[in-house]
Amino acid sequence: MMNSLFTYTLRIADSSLILGQRMSEWCSKAPTLEEDIAMSNISLDMFGQANGFYQYAAQLDGLKSADELAFRRNEREFFNHQLVEQENGNFGNTIVRNFLHDTFNFLFYTQLANSKDETLSALAHKSLKEVKYHLRHSSNWLVRLGDGTKESNAKTQIALNELWMYTDEIFEMDALDTELFNKGIAVDNSSLKSDWDAMINNTLTEAKLIRPEDEYMATGGKKGLHTEYLGFILSEMQYLQRAYPNAKW
Amino acid sequence: MQSGNTKFVWELLNTVPDPEIPVISVVELGVIREVKFENNSYTISITPTYSGCPAVKTFMDDIKSCLLENSIDNFELKIVYAPAWTTKWMTDKTKEKLRKYGIAPPSNIVVCPQCKSKNTTLISEFGATACKSLFKCIDCLEPFEFFKCI
Repeated sequence: MMNSLFTYTLRIADSSLILGQRMSEWCSKAPTLEEDIAMSNISLDMFGQANGFYQYAAQLDGLKSADELAFRRNEREFFNHQLVEQENGNFGNTIVRNFLHDTFNFLFYTQLANSKDETLSALAHKSLKEVKYHLRHSSNWLVRLGDGTKESNAKTQIALNELWMYTDEIFEMDALDTELFNKGIAVDNSSLKSDWDAMINNTLTEAKLIRPEDEYMATGGKKGLHTEYLGFILSEMQYLQRAYPNAKW
Repeated sequence: MQSGNTKFVWELLNTVPDPEIPVISVVELGVIREVKFENNSYTISITPTYSGCPAVKTFMDDIKSCLLENSIDNFELKIVYAPAWTTKWMTDKTKEKLRKYGIAPPSNIVVCPQCKSKNTTLISEFGATACKSLFKCIDCLEPFEFFKCI
């Protein structure tokens, strides 16, 4: 049970960390100054949320520190959703990726806030306040891009088509999820799908974008299976702690 | 080592400024939730504003130095996540300090801190720090920061 809770907490932390790292790549490169500040702020929120979950995981584990969990694991030991590791691409790719994930996060944390595990519940309450801002940010941009120019609509639609295959695994339930859900600790991810569909459909309609059909849907994040991008993210993110273990400044 | 004067500790904490908004203290910001004295040691419960706010680490360090400078070394700083920090914990007096400093305080109606006009518009949801967004006054045309309600 302790072990399951540790893994469950780690999975949440990993998705926050990797999305945070992706968002930090926009720092100094976003289309406008305001956007640069927004992206960096969102990145910091994600890192902060990841830190809260890693601290809790470290406490449950009793062996590795939060920093070790973040910086000394290889890609097969990371359990984030494949969606969050996808490349930033153009601004539209980033917005679509975040919009799909923010919508999930909003529903997920709303449920996790009711967890019987006090720490998870507290962290979820806190994260939810921030995720509401993130969702508003990505939704507003999605509508502006989708309902913008012919070119911005086309680029955003391509991004949506390309990322769609990563939207199935976020609702998966494996044995560990089910075990903790039955104890009132975990969220039933599959139960979030209908609300997610409704929210996504609404915004896509407003953005004049077409919801792609479900074709081949990717899976594997929970098992530590990833797309080719995660290794590159980790090699950059973990470089310093790998080269100079326990470095502090 | 100090024994059992939580009121004194509160007073000391009230002298530690918020690193980003130095006109208010960490107590006024609402992040200090409790000061307890048990088993010869103080426990100070702190609730972070935003999960990733870099100021949290800074004011934790500032709190440590402040207590040590006042010969208090028997303390522990404890991070408490629940209930989550909210701008509702700010008093009217604190909000007035923010306004005088040029930051529109958290409120349902965003009022320009310069000319007090309610005719204002959002520039960006995100500002120079996690807790603020960027606004502009339509009347006096000054841009200003607004402390977000969370």
